[in-house]
Amino acid sequence: MNIPILSSLILLPLIGSLFIFFTKSSEKKYQSSKYVALFISVANFFLSLYLWFLFDNSISDFQFVEERIWIPGFINYKVGVDGISILFIILTTFITPLCIISVNNTINNRLKDFLIAILIMETLMIGVFCSLDLVIFYLFFEGGLIPMFLIIGIWGGERRVYSAFKFFLYTLLGSVLMLIAIISIYWMTGTTDIEKIYEIGLDEKFQNILWLAFFSSFAVKTPMWPVHTWLPDAHVEAPTAGSVLLAAILLKMAGYGFIRFSLGLFPIASDYFVPFIYALSLVAIVYTSLVALMQEDMKKLIAYSSVAHMGFVTLGIFTFTQQGLEGSIFQMISHGLVSAALFLCVGVVYERMHTRLINNYGGVVTIMPKFAIVFMIFTLGGVGLPGTSGFIGEFLILMGAFKKNFLVATIASLGVILAAAYMLWLYKRVVFGDLINKDLLKMVDLKKYEIIILWALAIPTIFFGFYPEPLINTVEVSIKNLIETHNLTIQMSLASK
Amino acid sequence: MIIGLNLIFPEIFLSLALMFLLILGVFKKNSSNLIFNLTILSLIIVAALILNISSEDETSIFNASYKIDNLSSFMKILTILSAIFVMLTSSKYLKLLKIFQIEYPILILSSILGMMVMISSNDLIVFYMGLELQSLALYVLASFNRDNLLSSESGVKYFVLSALSSGLLLYGCSLIYGFSGSTNFNEISFNIADNQYGITFGIVFILVGLAFKISAVPFHMWAPDVYQGSPTTVTLFFAIVPKIAALCVFIRFLYVPFLEIIDQWQMIIIFLSIASMILGAVAAIGQRNIKRLIAYSSISHIGYALAGVSTGTNEGIQSSITYITIYVIMNLAFFSCILMMKKNDKYYETIDDLSGLSKNHPILSLSMLIILFSLAGIPPLAGFFAKFYIFTAVIERSMYFLAIIGLLSTVVAAFYYLRIIKIIYFDPSKEKYDSDHSIGLKLSLILSTLFILFYFIYPNSLIGIISKINII
Repeated sequence: MNIPILSSLILLPLIGSLFIFFTKSSEKKYQSSKYVALFISVANFFLSLYLWFLFDNSISDFQFVEERIWIPGFINYKVGVDGISILFIILTTFITPLCIISVNNTINNRLKDFLIAILIMETLMIGVFCSLDLVIFYLFFEGGLIPMFLIIGIWGGERRVYSAFKFFLYTLLGSVLMLIAIISIYWMTGTTDIEKIYEIGLDEKFQNILWLAFFSSFAVKTPMWPVHTWLPDAHVEAPTAGSVLLAAILLKMAGYGFIRFSLGLFPIASDYFVPFIYALSLVAIVYTSLVALMQEDMKKLIAYSSVAHMGFVTLGIFTFTQQGLEGSIFQMISHGLVSAALFLCVGVVYERMHTRLINNYGGVVTIMPKFAIVFMIFTLGGVGLPGTSGFIGEFLILMGAFKKNFLVATIASLGVILAAAYMLWLYKRVVFGDLINKDLLKMVDLKKYEIIILWALAIPTIFFGFYPEPLINTVEVSIKNLIETHNLTIQMSLASK
Repeated sequence: MIIGLNLIFPEIFLSLALMFLLILGVFKKNSSNLIFNLTILSLIIVAALILNISSEDETSIFNASYKIDNLSSFMKILTILSAIFVMLTSSKYLKLLKIFQIEYPILILSSILGMMVMISSNDLIVFYMGLELQSLALYVLASFNRDNLLSSESGVKYFVLSALSSGLLLYGCSLIYGFSGSTNFNEISFNIADNQYGITFGIVFILVGLAFKISAVPFHMWAPDVYQGSPTTVTLFFAIVPKIAALCVFIRFLYVPFLEIIDQWQMIIIFLSIASMILGAVAAIGQRNIKRLIAYSSISHIGYALAGVSTGTNEGIQSSITYITIYVIMNLAFFSCILMMKKNDKYYETIDDLSGLSKNHPILSLSMLIILFSLAGIPPLAGFFAKFYIFTAVIERSMYFLAIIGLLSTVVAAFYYLRIIKIIYFDPSKEKYDSDHSIGLKLSLILSTLFILFYFIYPNSLIGIISKINII
């Protein structure tokens, strides 16, 4: 391989955003800059598919590794993918063009700046998923705050300032502790290269405290109860495309971080904190599901459901079983598709009615039958009905959990029932029922571009629900390797005691 | 010829140029423009001369009371470059305020001369001489807009407090001389014995004086008033240039004679650092005036630079110097933005005047966005790297407490930077400012913003030079 394919993936959106920045801005040109952004992001999507095509499922090592000296003797720019990260890269490159299409009418002012922000966001998100150096990872991870802050703050709803500040300060507060941990790791091992640290291993004494520092960052980003409160605010106020990016990809950074860093770097500490994570995940699953039941705002309901779904993810990751980890990754991909689609669905009706309150709707099926169908698919995806991708993820996670702890798995299963309750109730109240609000009659059914986006998300949701093989195959070897090394380290540490 | 005279040729040239320009300005009517240009020219020449004499080896002259090494060369060049940029941004502002007079460049030159002496000083007396030379020029500069009440007030306030702190500093010098028998830094280090409380008292008094000059908490009281009262370009000068020299003296004074007794002063520096970081972050939240806000923000930035000094390692010093360099560039960029907020020959300087700037001035507000995120220390901008190096050095010494306090106060500080961004980007637009800025102002804004934005591509550009500074 001579082409630095990962660096091209990272840089392409950045180059696109620079290109858009330097084109003259006039109202007419906005359309053309949208096409540029779309073209760039679609090209990036195909590039990532090509990456997947070249990717070798059968080895657990990092592939397509590129390494360049950045700060001599200190930090090297190092990127690479394994079975875990490649799926997130594809998810990112898949969701971004859909976001760009979806801004068709919703963003009226400063469309150009919005596109630039989204493309920079894509660069940073891909960077997060393929960086193999802690400092590089931190740069990408934190850099994402800037465009997201602006997306929420400039193009958001009424309380956007409050939400943008809350989002920014919460995540920053979590991350600074991670920075201290990263620097400490550097002084302990003499490197920030993840592969090397995997080999060297970290001293048992410090693992717990370092784990907590990383946890503080990932827990805020996941978000885990009780630091989830920024998420509903950010989601509700962000424009549709922003919510989609946030739900589909940003939250996954934390799940990915848990697998790559918490599990990989601190196996002993991860083992030690399992009860803690289980407890928080269960609270997230049950409590936020109950909260979701009571929501009157559609976006808020989906936001809380995201917290609950991410609770499943953290639960699955910390089972340390093949099924649990595969399920978590599957669940993250599936949640990326489904929650993105649900936010887009809310965006569709919001754009027509300018309200997100569930009570203002009802009987939409008679006016918008096409919308009712896709909304149904994603509602069921959110519920985790067999035949949608949501089912596979939750099922695998619960399988892994039952292996480890019966009680935890039983309580988590409650979450599945609650999910069915709040999602189906939402669907019933919005789509079925009598048409009381006469304003709804003015609504028109899905436009062509909306059909394209929503079906583009619906097809993989159903496809992976029936045929999860391609995803599972990709992650299998990497996960197996991760679990094996994990178990080995635990055994060794027990033996040494 | 006296040995080593060629090594202080830059200083000699600068003093000659200073006198020549003063005479020229007095005898030639309406020569302000000419003197401004000549000042910039002579500063460039001085920078070139310094580059010319700088070598890898460190050399001491005049009985080892004056030192030329990598540290002094770097800091001098940094001082002079920032002074050049201050001059470039000044002319239009001063013309509009009708204080475009020959004294301004001459005072700047003489304070630069004082700073150069400070930076190279390896002796308490030489150091004090340089300090006073720069301070006297600064008092006058603070009250340069003499018809303005605030400006005169700030000049007097600065003078009174600064004189007091100089007195304390001088008292500390005398204590150290009394207990060690020498004023030379190297000789002091040979003569100190354990448990000499006189020496410790001396260090404390000198640190009080230095902390005042660098505006570290609790000796920061003058900074907000003087920053607000002085003409904006003078504020810019105050915010960046004296800090470079003072930090250099901090390093040299603590590391050359007193590295052995680091236990005695380390806690003082840590206290100054933590107090500055926290107070700078918290007090800035309530400010409405941008210059006052920048005063508090610079207090907190100085706290970070001092955190590097407190480590007692070469890495710590290097990280401090990196920090101050990036800080200088960020402040230069930010003040260039403020100097662009003018309408109908009137300058605006409250935060609310920035409201909705992004509608009318997209490029200006984009650069402000970059600068503010950089000041807040968000990656991948230069400000993040500055903090990153500091904390790398601090954590190397296992000073986790300092690191955690420092990083938590960045989160607090992020709040007020974000508030400015919010006002620029999220609020409705208000003023439309003029766009006829001088080339010098535009140049300094563009160069510094580009540096902040693209620093991450090749961080070695700065680190490579600074890593050559070894003082221990």
